[in-house]
Amino acid sequence: MNIALLLEMAAEAAPDRIGLVCDGKRWSYVQLLAAARGAVELIEASGASHVALLDESSEAAVIALFGAGLAGVPYCPLNYRLADADLAGLLDRIAPALIVGDVARVEKLSQGKGHKTFARADFVAGAIGAAVPEGREYDEGVGIAVQLFTSGTTAAPKAAILRHSNLLSYILGTVEFAGADEADAALVCVPPYHIAGISALMSSIYAQRRIVMLPAFAPESWLKLAEAEGVTNAFVVPTMLARIIDTLDKGHSANIASLRAISYGGGKMPLEIIQRALELFPSTGFTNAYGLTETSSTVALLGPGEHRDAHGSDDPKARARLASVGIPLPTVEIEIRDEDGNCCATGEAGEIYVRGDQVSGEYKEKSALTADGWFPTRDAGYLDEEGYLFLSGRADDVIVRGGENMSPGEIEDVLLTHPDIADAAAVAIPSVEWGEAVGIAVVVRDGQPQPPEAELKELIRARLRSSRVPDKVLFVSELPYNEMGKLLRREVKVLLAN
Amino acid sequence: MKPGTRLKSAVCDTEVMVIRCGDGAIQCGGVTMGETKPEVAENPSADHANGSLMGKRYVDAAGAYELLCVKPGKGSLSVDGVALVTKDAKPLPASD
Repeated sequence: MNIALLLEMAAEAAPDRIGLVCDGKRWSYVQLLAAARGAVELIEASGASHVALLDESSEAAVIALFGAGLAGVPYCPLNYRLADADLAGLLDRIAPALIVGDVARVEKLSQGKGHKTFARADFVAGAIGAAVPEGREYDEGVGIAVQLFTSGTTAAPKAAILRHSNLLSYILGTVEFAGADEADAALVCVPPYHIAGISALMSSIYAQRRIVMLPAFAPESWLKLAEAEGVTNAFVVPTMLARIIDTLDKGHSANIASLRAISYGGGKMPLEIIQRALELFPSTGFTNAYGLTETSSTVALLGPGEHRDAHGSDDPKARARLASVGIPLPTVEIEIRDEDGNCCATGEAGEIYVRGDQVSGEYKEKSALTADGWFPTRDAGYLDEEGYLFLSGRADDVIVRGGENMSPGEIEDVLLTHPDIADAAAVAIPSVEWGEAVGIAVVVRDGQPQPPEAELKELIRARLRSSRVPDKVLFVSELPYNEMGKLLRREVKVLLAN
Repeated sequence: MKPGTRLKSAVCDTEVMVIRCGDGAIQCGGVTMGETKPEVAENPSADHANGSLMGKRYVDAAGAYELLCVKPGKGSLSVDGVALVTKDAKPLPASD
């Protein structure tokens, strides 16, 4: 089965319904499908082994995703924010590719590799204008639909591959066909090279929920577009939600009463932000989604009712659920395992393992799946007694001090209870005595005095135990995050080392 | 028959995508479906004329068969004469 089936079905059931709004231009499902079919002609003529996008979100992302699918060539959106040297390496790995977007950059970085480049407008015009032979047959969809390079924090980026079957089982298992009302619209503002940016296109098209694309995020333009298009659904990363709230708090007015549902994910949501959001948008349903590239997006979610229940509860256990990522999808299994591969007891942290048809767990180089199909996520976490999943950082982020494993999350959570601390990160620092020890970088709240180091150490000693007390404390004006709101712990380590 | 095969009804407009299947005969309107349509439509059985719905997934009681309806029609779906039912999953909130 081919992922293009999703667009074919929407075009069959509602040909003239608007499926996409981008830069003021409106695209019906049948127009999008015709352009995707036209793109197949361009892709085949190029002889490319990959179809890449080196560009912000636009209609070209939809046309290239489904066009590549129909042509049976992996779609490989690239992170245009990468430094030249890193991007050059990736361009060489996908050669020869048909590349849409920044033509000049491809020519500068990967010349003579056989790439065929198109500026965005030329690709779209070429796809619309292509002559498609009558009765043409398309790829069956047994192979790779999407190839995404991981961010590669520890080594060269890995090429994660998602097969048509992985992505389709995710969409068919979680989205009701044509389940959206005609007035529904989803504001999509995730970079096209992120799994959430790809799954947003597929799930909205299958639900027949109009996609409203915002290629570059700014809180004012997000609010303006949400109001103008009567947006009902939106996905945000934590930083985006924080900036939207901040803008509203500063008196910017926008009528976004249509906004029924906000989902979020991609990085850890600070508790105070989600609490403020629940107060500011009392009739909006919030959904926290947890997933990875290798799992075709969401594998667990905390739904709107659970958010309100947790927020309104006096029971500390129920309130704590606001910090959880919810329960696994009905189509997915999740287990927590210790270092020896045994299942952890309830409440005990270990590595999160995931299994299900949507889970690829596969890289171009090799599959990471266990013999019985489980994917070790390298994320650390635990399940509570009712099966709610809590994340406690990357398994690789665990600080091992004299053989004792410590999760940075627990130290950070304690630091954030200090009234003068706005943000905090705990990482491993080298220690002659212990192998590794705890180092913390903290951001002091605006206008507050810097608390003495001894006070922070005592806070951790009192709430956790002495082994968690940091050897080194650094005060910084802000912590490094990537555009998805993920804390860049490697950079924190560098800060602490200097 | 393998997953991903597209089957057409011999009696109506119904088309399905096979998601999971066994060795039995997949039927629409009581007549076995095929990868191509017959030149002349056959007559549907009155016992299998409740229609198929676009985008619905149809399953058997044992969970051996799952079909996705990609084109609706007047005939209803069955395997070896036993009617399939729609798989009604609890709707999930949109998460991306």
